[in-house]
Amino acid sequence: MSNDLWQLAITTEQFKGLYNYWIVIFLMMTGFFIVISRKNMIKTVIGLNIFQTSVFLLYITMGKVNNGTAPILGPEDAHHDDHSHDKSHDAEHAAHPFLNQISEQTPAQNVSVGNEPTAPLEVLAEAGNSGLIYSNPLPSVLMLTAIVVGIATTALALALIVRIREDYGTIEEDEILILDRES
Amino acid sequence: MIEHHLPILLIAIPLMAAPCCVLIHSRRLTQLLALVVCWLCFGISVWLMTKVMYEGAVTYNLGGWEAPYGIVYVVDYLSAFVMLFVSALAAIVLTYAPTSVQAEIPEPKQYLFYATYLLCLTGLLGICITGDLFNVFVFLEISSLSTYAMISLGKTRRAPLAAFQYLIMGTIGATFILIGIGLLYQMTGTLNMADMAQKLEAVRAVDGETWVGSRTMLVAFAFMTVGLSIKMAVFPLHSWLPNAYTYAPSVVTCFIAATATKVSVYVFLRVVYEIFTPTFAFSILPLDTALMAFSLIGIFVASLAAIYQTNIKRLLAYSSIAQIGYMLLGISMANTAGLTAGIVHMFNHALIKGGLFMVVGCLILRIGSAKLEDLQGAGKTMPWTSFAWVLGGLGLIGVPLTAGFVSKWLLLTAAVDSQHWWVATLMLLSSLLALVYVWRVVETLYFAEPSEQAASAKEAPPLMLITTYVVVGASIVFGIWTEFSAGVALETAQQLLGVTQ
Repeated sequence: MSNDLWQLAITTEQFKGLYNYWIVIFLMMTGFFIVISRKNMIKTVIGLNIFQTSVFLLYITMGKVNNGTAPILGPEDAHHDDHSHDKSHDAEHAAHPFLNQISEQTPAQNVSVGNEPTAPLEVLAEAGNSGLIYSNPLPSVLMLTAIVVGIATTALALALIVRIREDYGTIEEDEILILDRES
Repeated sequence: MIEHHLPILLIAIPLMAAPCCVLIHSRRLTQLLALVVCWLCFGISVWLMTKVMYEGAVTYNLGGWEAPYGIVYVVDYLSAFVMLFVSALAAIVLTYAPTSVQAEIPEPKQYLFYATYLLCLTGLLGICITGDLFNVFVFLEISSLSTYAMISLGKTRRAPLAAFQYLIMGTIGATFILIGIGLLYQMTGTLNMADMAQKLEAVRAVDGETWVGSRTMLVAFAFMTVGLSIKMAVFPLHSWLPNAYTYAPSVVTCFIAATATKVSVYVFLRVVYEIFTPTFAFSILPLDTALMAFSLIGIFVASLAAIYQTNIKRLLAYSSIAQIGYMLLGISMANTAGLTAGIVHMFNHALIKGGLFMVVGCLILRIGSAKLEDLQGAGKTMPWTSFAWVLGGLGLIGVPLTAGFVSKWLLLTAAVDSQHWWVATLMLLSSLLALVYVWRVVETLYFAEPSEQAASAKEAPPLMLITTYVVVGASIVFGIWTEFSAGVALETAQQLLGVTQ
């Protein structure tokens, strides 16, 4: 096959490999747009939630290791043990979990997306005694905290909206602006 | 034994005391508890500051886990200094608070005020002490969420609206910071700030001398800078601040005006100087030029806006935006002198603005309004309060022998030394604007026919006056005795630049 075709194949594979990241960007922009463009306060809060959700997805995506399982020390007979990948190979591409397939198919062994250098190996994937490959649990744990923060923010925002509605009788920001100008 | 655990106690005590306040429920007891806790935090901060000064940085591993794996608390010059003035102002403002709180917050809600106040203090101190980047985000959100709640306690119906608008802006900012942290984690695989800085350095070394940079790092940098700029209320992103400061209860305004934005500036310093390094931010990327331009525009726009305000709280709020500009101006110079000036101004401005808002709290307590027309002639009936305004105002302008002068002088010499002549000129011009808005209030207080409310007002209660004078007096003491503030700031600046150069 010619070089150009390989290049094309790599590009499409990269595009597909970054599938999660495209979703992240799409959600992020959707949420952000809703926040800045909607005057209805409830809609603003919904936009804010979508915006935050995209960040959760971003973190969880970066923690996933291909063929990695939940990092729980299982019984010895865990049935995931042997896939065709060897441990170091997977670890090498841990930061770009979706690229493992590509690098197997293409002659360029170290195709990397964007300019990101690969993250430190030992942190991202560690195999237990049974030869299991684990996903990096840390981003998921961080997101648990972020989700709690998100819930607190939403709850507070909704509580404020209830009070605003009691005082002004509306939750449309432009109408409130008019009411404030009149008073 | 207990000495060793003081860094964590500084965070744990207020954090535990906050739910206790909710459980106790009684107004007097919660007030007492909050007061004791705040002074205790101040005591611990003083102890940490002296320890840092004599023995060097203190580190504390949470749960005994070693640094890159566990969360570590680091107290160095910069964090000890910021924690010192944050806890000092928290304690003094809370001593000042009871009468004002009684007047402005409905009694059944007061215990909740004290609980959120302690939570906010926890968040602010936590941001300073932690050496873990994700922890910074968590503490930032703790302090922000409690600030939103406190702002919404204001009397008018605009208070919840101001809180809501701040919440939207603040959450966008915090989420931006979170994205930045995530991308940095993706690059380095660590959340520990010192470790992260080292690993980013390694990334740079790989690419050789003319560093083109990785796109992830650029994006992370952009998200962090914009997110922090929202939290700091840098000029084009300041829109949440005037309403939040104006409609919050007076005590809340005193506290957040004196501390919240400065702590964000602290995070900015840490992120730009320690993690990304000045070489990356200022030589490879033009953050210094951008920051300088925005802070100068901000100083002028906000000072001009302050001149035209008819509400004294809003006037001070706009002045705060201008003063943030001075801090960032110093930081943007990226040399020891400029950085020292910026850090000293964080401290001095906390004192000056805290003091002035406390004066405003006294005026509002007795006159019941923050409008300049209602405050007319209050100088005759409330001489001590009005005189405190004059003293604080002089500091805001930067008259010699006040704290404001020290920071402006350092900033001016830094600008002249680094050949930024036009910056120096513009700074002097902007001080004239400060003179105008401070004078407008002085004129209202002393040289106008008393309004009805002002004529019947009496002097503020002694406890409020004393605490106000402690803060305003401190701003004059630190204007004359600069050894401590400027000395520590210089040490900090050298540390920030020394580590990286």
